[in-house]
Amino acid sequence: MSEKQYKLVKCIINGKAQEAIVDVRASLTDMLRNDYRMTSVKKGCEVGECGACNVIIDGECYNSCIYLAVWADGKEIKTLEGLMGPNGELSDIQQAFIDEAAVQCGFCTPGVIMSAVEILDSGKIYKREELRKLLAGHLCRCTGYQNILNAVEKTMYQRLGKELPDYLESR
Amino acid sequence: MYDIKALYEAESISHGISLLKEHPQAQIIAGGSDVLVQMREGKRAGAELISIYGLDELRGVKLEEDGTIRIGSLTSFSHITKDPVIQKYINVLGEAVDMVGGPQIRNIGTIGGNTCNGVTSADSASTLFAWDAVIEVTGPEGVRRLPIHEFYIKAGKVDLRSAELQTGILIPKESYEGYFGHYIKYAMRGAMDIATLGCSVNVKLSEDKRYLKDVRIAYGVAGPIPMRAVHAEAAAKGLEINSDTIEKVGDIVLEDVTPRDSWRASKAFREHIARVLCKRALKQSILLAGGVIHE
Amino acid sequence: MKDKEHVIGKSVKRVDAFEKVTGRAKYTDDICDKSSYTAKILHSTVAHGIVKSIDTKEAERIPGVVKVVTCFDVPKHYFPTAGHPWSTDPEHQDVKDRLLLTDHIRFYGDDVAAVVAENEVAAAQAVRAIKVEYEELSFVLDVQKAMEEDAPLIHEEYPRNILKHTSINSGNYEEARKEEGLIKVEGWYDTPTVQHCHIENFICYSYMEQGRIVVVSSTQIPHICRRIVGQALGIPWGEVRVIKPYIGGGFGNKQDILYEPLCAYLSTVVGGRLVKLDISREETFVSNRVRHAIRTHIISYVRPDGSFAARKMECFSDQGAYASHGHSIAAKGMGAFPQLYPCPNIEADAYTVFTNKSVAGAMRGYGIPQAMFAVESHTDDIALALGIPPYEFRWKYLMPKGYTDGFSKNVNYFDSFHQCLEKGKEHIDYDRKVQEYANQTGEIRKGIGVAAFWYNTGVWPISLETSSCRMVLNQDGSVQVQVAETEIGQGADTAYAQMTAETLGIPFQKVHVVSTQDTDITPFGTGAYASRQTYMAGFAIHQTANLLKSHILDTAQELTRHTKQSLDLIDGNIVRLGDEEILMSLADLAEEKLYSLTNNGHLTAESTYQAKTNAYSFGCTFAEIEVDIPECRITLTNIVNLHDCGKLINPQLAMAQVHGGMSMGIGYGLLEKLLFDEKTGKPLNDNLLDYKLSTFMDHPELKGDFVENYEPTSAYGTKALGEPPVCSVAPAIRNALLQATGVAVDEIPLTPHVLFRRFKEEGLL
Repeated sequence: MSEKQYKLVKCIINGKAQEAIVDVRASLTDMLRNDYRMTSVKKGCEVGECGACNVIIDGECYNSCIYLAVWADGKEIKTLEGLMGPNGELSDIQQAFIDEAAVQCGFCTPGVIMSAVEILDSGKIYKREELRKLLAGHLCRCTGYQNILNAVEKTMYQRLGKELPDYLESR
Repeated sequence: MYDIKALYEAESISHGISLLKEHPQAQIIAGGSDVLVQMREGKRAGAELISIYGLDELRGVKLEEDGTIRIGSLTSFSHITKDPVIQKYINVLGEAVDMVGGPQIRNIGTIGGNTCNGVTSADSASTLFAWDAVIEVTGPEGVRRLPIHEFYIKAGKVDLRSAELQTGILIPKESYEGYFGHYIKYAMRGAMDIATLGCSVNVKLSEDKRYLKDVRIAYGVAGPIPMRAVHAEAAAKGLEINSDTIEKVGDIVLEDVTPRDSWRASKAFREHIARVLCKRALKQSILLAGGVIHE
Repeated sequence: MKDKEHVIGKSVKRVDAFEKVTGRAKYTDDICDKSSYTAKILHSTVAHGIVKSIDTKEAERIPGVVKVVTCFDVPKHYFPTAGHPWSTDPEHQDVKDRLLLTDHIRFYGDDVAAVVAENEVAAAQAVRAIKVEYEELSFVLDVQKAMEEDAPLIHEEYPRNILKHTSINSGNYEEARKEEGLIKVEGWYDTPTVQHCHIENFICYSYMEQGRIVVVSSTQIPHICRRIVGQALGIPWGEVRVIKPYIGGGFGNKQDILYEPLCAYLSTVVGGRLVKLDISREETFVSNRVRHAIRTHIISYVRPDGSFAARKMECFSDQGAYASHGHSIAAKGMGAFPQLYPCPNIEADAYTVFTNKSVAGAMRGYGIPQAMFAVESHTDDIALALGIPPYEFRWKYLMPKGYTDGFSKNVNYFDSFHQCLEKGKEHIDYDRKVQEYANQTGEIRKGIGVAAFWYNTGVWPISLETSSCRMVLNQDGSVQVQVAETEIGQGADTAYAQMTAETLGIPFQKVHVVSTQDTDITPFGTGAYASRQTYMAGFAIHQTANLLKSHILDTAQELTRHTKQSLDLIDGNIVRLGDEEILMSLADLAEEKLYSLTNNGHLTAESTYQAKTNAYSFGCTFAEIEVDIPECRITLTNIVNLHDCGKLINPQLAMAQVHGGMSMGIGYGLLEKLLFDEKTGKPLNDNLLDYKLSTFMDHPELKGDFVENYEPTSAYGTKALGEPPVCSVAPAIRNALLQATGVAVDEIPLTPHVLFRRFKEEGLL
């Protein structure tokens, strides 16, 4: 076996400048979970097929399991741990997941919420079918996706200050 | 933690080429959505990697002076879909790569990686075949350009020679001007899937829009590498637009496609779907071009 | 007296939701110390064979490798794995056919050796470096071929590979079918091998403490796990402690003991050091458990009016390589047959048969999704043969009100089926659509279908049904509640909190359900399975809450000098009956009692309730589809599930359960199938890309509704809901396809490959 190889990775994680010497073999999932104890970043398949490890890097969502930790150097990363306000206030999308019963076992939840954050932060309005496509990088075995979709869609309308369509009101 | 023997990060194209010269056994990694998955499976475990992920000069789409559309090899699928040049001139490519995997995969997956791994199911490849794309590779001897159908040698093997990198994909103006196209991905579920078959068609109509002036029909998974349906294309040229024409052209593709039996799908099924998709994509392309299909 | 505030029946928010939306909920891997060793398993690369030799030298030389153990090293304590309650009667014990590692390989992916290393890369390298020499034996993958005389024998003690064969005989089938004027309808129905696909793979870690073995595991069944780890290691069960933290879904896969015994053993061979066994997605598919593929043959003799004269059923259940839950699944499925459409003359046989494939165990629905696909597809075949509309046929012949099952003593107390059918029909506008979609032509066609199901609640009288509960009062009048029925995502803890608040008479917020089970601390109980949680734990919670309330009121009598009989606990206060005067808060009472210098006490209650009842849960699915004939593709456009699961404890969470079950049913009907290579027995699509779990893009809006008939046998009027929503989805889709195209497809999933073949056979292509 060759000598182990390390690299200093400096990045911003949830708004805070961080640096760590990282084994170049590490995935970003490994770095976030092991070096920073960001355990919201879940391992469901480790090959980019389930979305449980999804985080936001420079404004776009990535499966951190198939993203080398060294690539995070100079990047701005957001995980679920960064969503709560300084006094413990939940973000609107987290609250919506609670209110809509969009959470069951909770294992896919952190990843899905981060995709929802990217969608909602775009400030755009999407049709329900478009939201399905934008969330389709996540597998969930508990919810049938129904309440997750409701949570994201309702939050979208609320952020945009628009009235909910009838089909969401009645749910 | 991946079983990576060593990782070398390229800082420029020329640095990347010299790293490839120094480490001829090393595997290039662009976005990693194929290489890292294979490494996890054990297939490339213990390999040396040369990361070109940091080469931002290979990202982005631009319209060159002569009208050529240049796509940097590291441009991600999602950036291709969102790009105004793509949307204006070859929107079908943006639509095709918007069918790859899911959103996160489209953020990390690159068009260069998608074509360099040489697989027939790549959603970008059939559309690039249909647009007569040109592949640009850069190596120790300089820049080399070749038509995409020459770039693909066999399943999993492309024409990247020693220490060469794919640096761009070019769509010349004459390839797209006046053409309208449509891609259909046939897969088993609505997202996070690879194509069972993909068909990308584009057409150029006569000025009165009554005849097919030119037709290009390309497939993924209809053979070991992406391909064009040359017999069907030849037969289609000059035909009057009507539903019989579409049926006829769609049936001729059987002379071109050579799918195989696999556990993913039978040869007979793929042949059947090849006809159905050709007809539907051709029809849609004609409609996009402003044609009217008479019964 | 003013009306009491009820928390039962309210859609209160999940007690664990905050933790889960903030990422603070800690799952097994999140709490495992970073210092742990990593274990990896070497799985066989042949489907059937004998391990002749293993060369571990190269693996042991890899830096970071701590220990390599092989099938030749492990103790020979054969153990069962099924998450069933133990039976002290040897006749009723689960089959003990597993070893920690085995030299007799019975499926591709069997467990041959294991590596303990300092890190995952070294462990993976070592697994690849181990050289195994196999003597390959012939293997068999098909359930009926496995029953042939000359089939390879997978377990010596089971001739023709039949693990078990049971029959149901009532009336006289042979005589009854001779009646004149009967119409014979016959069909073979095939269901696939599918996998649970919980997003958290199985994971556990183990270490020794004070000479005992501690296992932290993503399991549904901690107390059963304790017993089986003890059996596998040959140590007293009390020397095992199992802890279950938050778990990322189970669906029955984790109602089996997967690798806890191996992990515990590996810890013991490295001096009790911390060893983590984190199973990959590929291993989850191949080397955990799958749903039994069942092939069912049904013959019905019906009169022209649709009434049944005689019926026969045979089911062949594919057990895979080891017994696990075994025959229970096929037996349960077969048991549904005579009950759903009662018929006086029935002959039924169920065979559970070993094959050289991944092991089948428990999965949401436990035999009923398979049985309902067969029975409800067959029902539409009968209706078609007789020219009776399928809805009307069901309306007339489904299990009637008042029907009693002689074995379970379950009673159909209400007119649940009619209520569900009627409600579903309205939801989906069935009558209009069924007419509109009749006699279509063209490439794109629509269809609508219906299917029904019934389901049991828990396992009585087949097995023990027991639940124990402990409640402890805190200084502030709040209460901890502990039961062994685990929260696995379904919302059980929230329902328990609602029940406790309701019965005890304290605010919901004052109930703290201890979500972690720890066999050293949690009262004895069997875990999460059989849709038993609210029903079974409900008894123990109800009983224990009343017991604690009684203790509290005794204390109230001491402190207020009012008789106990004149007092009540309402909304966290001691209230005098009659004038409803609040005498003191429960918080004041608790504080006084806990710190009293004269009459001190710790107020707690603990009790066990052994249930000797069961309850029928009912429902149906209506599905509407669009079929693209040239593309051989079904698009599900509309679906609604109807359920009578008794009183809803939490309507919002109940609906969420329905959504999840429907989703699993949609996958079962349209997408999912684990494939095995005919030539090698190797699983072909053991990953989430090639195994087609449905995505956000593969569902229409999921609609559900309830009929709430208060279940008389239940402490809170509730009965099974966890599993039922998956049961009738696939046949409803299949029947919609039949209506749309006239093509009966008797196997699922209804993939384009299957439709291509069937449409060609029927001349549609």
